[in-house]
Amino acid sequence: MTRDRAAKAALYLVLCAGLLVVVGPFLWMALSSLKPEGEIRAVPPTWWPDTWTFANYRDLFARLDFPQYFTNSAIVAVLVTVGNLLFCSLLGYALAKLDFPGRKALFLAVLGMLMVPGMVTFVPQFVLISNLGLANTYAGLVLPFLAGPFGVFLMRQFLQSIPDDLLEAARVDGAGEWRIFWRIVLPLCRPALATLGILTFLASWNNFLWPLVVATTDDKYTLPVALALYSIGQNRIYFGLLLAGAVVVVVPVLIVFLALQRHFLRGIATTGLK
Amino acid sequence: MTAIATAGAHRAGRTAQAGAKRWRRAVTGWSFAAPFTVLFLVFLALPVVASLVMSVTDMRATDLRTPFAVDFVGLGNYQRLFGDDLFLRAALNTVVFVAAGVPLTIVAALAAANALNSGLIRFRALFRVGFYLPVVTSIVAIAVVWRFLLDPEAGLVDDLLARVGVDGPNWLGDTRTSLASITVMAAWRNFGSLMVIFLAALQGIPANLYEAATIDGAGRWQQFRRVTLPLMRPALLFGAVITGIGYLQLFEEPLVMTQGGPLSSTLSVSYHIYNQFGFGNYGYAAAASYVLFVAIVALSVLQFRLLGTRDD
Repeated sequence: MTRDRAAKAALYLVLCAGLLVVVGPFLWMALSSLKPEGEIRAVPPTWWPDTWTFANYRDLFARLDFPQYFTNSAIVAVLVTVGNLLFCSLLGYALAKLDFPGRKALFLAVLGMLMVPGMVTFVPQFVLISNLGLANTYAGLVLPFLAGPFGVFLMRQFLQSIPDDLLEAARVDGAGEWRIFWRIVLPLCRPALATLGILTFLASWNNFLWPLVVATTDDKYTLPVALALYSIGQNRIYFGLLLAGAVVVVVPVLIVFLALQRHFLRGIATTGLK
Repeated sequence: MTAIATAGAHRAGRTAQAGAKRWRRAVTGWSFAAPFTVLFLVFLALPVVASLVMSVTDMRATDLRTPFAVDFVGLGNYQRLFGDDLFLRAALNTVVFVAAGVPLTIVAALAAANALNSGLIRFRALFRVGFYLPVVTSIVAIAVVWRFLLDPEAGLVDDLLARVGVDGPNWLGDTRTSLASITVMAAWRNFGSLMVIFLAALQGIPANLYEAATIDGAGRWQQFRRVTLPLMRPALLFGAVITGIGYLQLFEEPLVMTQGGPLSSTLSVSYHIYNQFGFGNYGYAAAASYVLFVAIVALSVLQFRLLGTRDD
């Protein structure tokens, strides 16, 4: 009995140490963003702020254009999420429940795309977007991400579990396929749509490489791009501002994640994919 | 006579009807599939083909507006690639990163999942959410924090080491520790997502198998070796493949942490491609991206061979 208790205590100790290593950096980031510049660079470093200040956040929103970057990130993430929910559920339904020529080939092509590294499509996508005159526009930031293969895979898996009898009954009652889709299928898909929605939103919010090359002026930067450009190169800004900027990037994600984490982690575990 | 004619007309009518039905099914199916398919073809499938074509041309940034007026150079880009010291260095760095990073991430995820699954752990949800936090966080924000923590002067890591009498290195600024630092950071960032998958797999293992093993006198470690690991094989395979595919594409970590340095010690293949794109060498960058593509497929096939289930 005591041996069991000792084992359990050791387990908790290890888990707590692990938690400190994983979450500690985020706590330090949040606390340090509330320190004045001099204290952030102090040697030896402090953990708890000696002096509390909101100056970093004030500067971030007043002197730099962070409200604009925040808006850009939100616009892009919302458009990409809505597009994926719509297009992926439409195709997912067709692949799972409708019989049409070319269905198998289409599914294999979409599935195969999951293996293609981003760098393969990166350069031609840039050439394409530039030639369509969409560089440095919201359309250019959004279009390549509207139809994600992963979403199709997820929606198809989920839709296959919907009983055919249900759809057949609706067909017998004279409902067309579109009516069935909007009235019966989509409401049943809510859990899968929630998972896909959260995953897509987070991926888009954190997306970095594409907006880095497509957004070329200040007014189209997303948050990660702005933060990266301010943290490296000639535009380097004060450390306090950087840390406050990092907090601004993380907090919306944190809120979405904490509010929906049950849903989210279960969805990932069942689809078995990130 | 009329009877035969009627029967024929009837049959013709029926085939026409079947044809019309098939046609209607095709139209309905494709009307659902079309929006995604059009976007998919234009923005993903076309670029995959275009990249392959570009890789056998001398396309450069100056050809951006006239992408069809380029010269065919055959396998020239590929030949150049394997004579390019910087590409070879990037390939070596990437291989080292994958070979060290994938096992490290899997072991960390396996340990966390097993710890959270053993007995009645209180606050399990808290630990799970905490361990998952870096997965959902922007790499740029993570880089800002870690560059601070690893700073040789004002960083917390070296400060902690100094307290126990160790003179900490300049983690990101020293060629001997830079790639290792990036590797550990990547494992730190990614193990949470595998942990969630492993936890689900662990919870699917029937408890009576452990009871039987206990009765047979198997200790904890033996139970883990003989019961848990074999039954987790599909999840482990999946984790290894997904992590391998992701890690072969290493890019954002070195970009925001070290800019590939010092002395190209953290330059990865994807980063090299990105640089070549930046220099305007589009054809060359496309060729390098296809080499990476082949490597990803090869690694996945290899992992399926090594870890795949043999119960078929």
